[in-house]
Amino acid sequence: MEAFSLLLHGFSVLLTWKTLALMMVGLVLGIFVGVLPGLGGPNGVAILLPLTFTMDPTSAIVMLSCIYWGALFGGAITSILFNIPGEAWSVATTFDGYPMAQQGRAAEALTAAFTSSFIGSFVAVLLITFLAPSIASFALRFGPPEFFAVYLLTFCSFVGLGREEKHKIVISMTFGLLLAGVGMDTVSGQLRMTFGWSELYRGINFLVAVIGLFGISEILLTMEERLALRGHTARISLGVVLKVWKELPRYWVTLLRSSAIGCWLGITPGGAIAASFMSYNLAKRFAKDKESFGKGRIEGVFAPETAAHASGTAALLPMLALGIPGSGTAAILLGGLLVWGLNPGPLLFVEHKSFVWGLIASMYLGNVVGFLLVLTTVPVFASILRVPFSAVAPMIVVSCAIGAYAIQNAMFDIWWMLLFGVVGYVFKKIGIPLAPFTLALVLGNRAEDAFRLSMIGSGGDLLVFWSNGLVGSIATLALVLLFWPLISSAIQRFRKKEG
Amino acid sequence: MSKQLGAFGLFVGALGAVAMAANPAAAWEPSKPVEIVVAAGAGGASDQMARMMQSAIQKNNLMKQPAVVSLKGGASGGEALMYMKSSEGDPHKVLIAYSLIYMLPLSAKIPFNWRELSPVSVIALDQFILWSNTTLPHKNVKEFIAAAKAANPPFKMGGTGSKREDQVLTVFTEKKTGTKFAYLPYKSGGEAATQLVGNHTQANVNNPSENLEVWRAGQVRALCVFDKERMQYKAKVTDKQSWNDIPTCKEEGLDVQYLMLRAMFLPGKVTPDQTAFYVDLFKKLVQTTDYKEYLEKQALKPVFLTGKDMVKFLEEDDALNKNLMTEAGFVAN
Repeated sequence: MEAFSLLLHGFSVLLTWKTLALMMVGLVLGIFVGVLPGLGGPNGVAILLPLTFTMDPTSAIVMLSCIYWGALFGGAITSILFNIPGEAWSVATTFDGYPMAQQGRAAEALTAAFTSSFIGSFVAVLLITFLAPSIASFALRFGPPEFFAVYLLTFCSFVGLGREEKHKIVISMTFGLLLAGVGMDTVSGQLRMTFGWSELYRGINFLVAVIGLFGISEILLTMEERLALRGHTARISLGVVLKVWKELPRYWVTLLRSSAIGCWLGITPGGAIAASFMSYNLAKRFAKDKESFGKGRIEGVFAPETAAHASGTAALLPMLALGIPGSGTAAILLGGLLVWGLNPGPLLFVEHKSFVWGLIASMYLGNVVGFLLVLTTVPVFASILRVPFSAVAPMIVVSCAIGAYAIQNAMFDIWWMLLFGVVGYVFKKIGIPLAPFTLALVLGNRAEDAFRLSMIGSGGDLLVFWSNGLVGSIATLALVLLFWPLISSAIQRFRKKEG
Repeated sequence: MSKQLGAFGLFVGALGAVAMAANPAAAWEPSKPVEIVVAAGAGGASDQMARMMQSAIQKNNLMKQPAVVSLKGGASGGEALMYMKSSEGDPHKVLIAYSLIYMLPLSAKIPFNWRELSPVSVIALDQFILWSNTTLPHKNVKEFIAAAKAANPPFKMGGTGSKREDQVLTVFTEKKTGTKFAYLPYKSGGEAATQLVGNHTQANVNNPSENLEVWRAGQVRALCVFDKERMQYKAKVTDKQSWNDIPTCKEEGLDVQYLMLRAMFLPGKVTPDQTAFYVDLFKKLVQTTDYKEYLEKQALKPVFLTGKDMVKFLEEDDALNKNLMTEAGFVAN
């Protein structure tokens, strides 16, 4: 019941006109960002982050998290209408969403996507509300070895569970780790890889890298493909909405399963992308008529959207309680917390109650308001895609440049952004995934510091990573995930022999 | 009539000329927003100080132009130093400096020398305290040192950064007592505080402001302050103790002292009247109640030095820091 009274306190922090107005602004911007291909949630939050530097932390996080909710909702719109995933996690939504739109059932598909998104995030928020306090006290048990084990788990799960070819994931990750080492090394107090060049002293900002890698490279690709955007008109009427809602209870197993997958992969950093694919595949596996999937089945929209939104929401929990982001956007929000002078981690729940519970309350309110908002504004957002690409592209490039500059007020960062744009383009061309690179750039430094601090503390003994149950089980899980492809194929071979 | 008007016009013109001639010489004023450059990350002690200045300047109308805070915490603050160095002659940037101006050029070989900047004023001195976790049995310095000596593996001492004031204090505590600590350099004082609370380190040497919250929560114990005299603030901070109740390390038999300056600098090659404007600004600032409340809350030692006094202080402080760094073996070749 303590959680309940704290939550009420959170709502009281939230219910001011200013915060509510910021929430609306955030949601509209977020949906906008989600609709525009290439400009995903992480980019949207990254670009708009500096605008919040002068706000108080609660208002700032409410606005930024609403951009995030908005992007989660908005990502589905283009997937369904144009077969262009607005977000990486909406790729699975295109499988059945786009066929539905082609059959003239766009409105039905959109309603299904929004409703299931809402359900997914609601389950995740409930989880955060009732688990967060206990996770916070649990989090104090995290010293350098535990932190390193968690970073290791994240890296290993990317390699072990990633859909791409393993060696390409490792190449991408290594490249990120290398660049994360540029600048001041906290443990030795020495500068590394700066070549006496003072522009490199501060290291490479990962937000700048993200804007270039995702935003600019997507523009380059689209330019090359001369993508013609032709959309279907989408109108939402009350009748369609009610029809979809009537069908919902029939799919409760799918919804519940997808929410659970989403929450799990959100908390242990696996991400919304993996969650959406996994739950789509599971829904297909458990369905009686597997054939109807991919041909416009409503369940094929429910499953990935529920999981993506649940995972996106749950990803905020480890970020708040442990200071470890569960997703790209959460990583950028983490940067935001540090900028506003909050130390994400164990004591955040103790020291900044108003902030944390204000944020949790905003998850409830933001999702309800966002849900209503997307239902009403679909036709408006769909019209963006009727604007010719040649007009939209320069706007996106300019907003990326402003974002990159504003992060550290450094002109030099715009050059970095352009360079990373080219790097991202090349990576996409030769099929090297960008996510592991970004992950390594964000966590590389922290992982290295945690490892070296553990080594200083233990006198160089690697067994420190198995010195207690907590760190030992995380470290073991990390290794299991790293070798998962080998393990699972071994199990399959074993089963075949048995059979 | 026309003659009279003409004379009047001449008079006005003359007045104007006098005013125009007098203005630039007597009072230079910023013509655009002034950037307060912070050589540390968000939320750290320097950042908090900059935000306090920004609001105190605004609330008390000390300057016509607004002040903006600009965080340049990259390279452990080295970014800010290089930024100030490259802004020669720009009177719209003012740095909040601390001991990094002496230490960073020595330990990381950053090509910087504070003598290339224009000193404005020293505005406070920051203290260091030896803290331990309340769940540990030792209640005072003697018991703590005895336990540290006996400990195997050695006690872990948390601190901010490497080869900086926190590690210097650790090294000198080791030298004076013959103990050995495993020093863990964290990214910020906040992190060092959290890790102490979680029992991942046995002690740290945080500034008062960095451990204030966890001290109030009863999670850490203040063993002693690294200064010749006790802190002056007698109002209760925790339910039992005030800052003044913390003994000095010397009283407790650990003869180590270190104070860290908090000082304002303009870039090099600014004019004397530009410097004069800022000296006057900070003179007014330190008299505001906002500033006095801030000093007490952060338990800073009030000091105000400008001009020759300040340069003398800086030279002495520089020599002292250089000695400490050399003796601790932190000077890079």
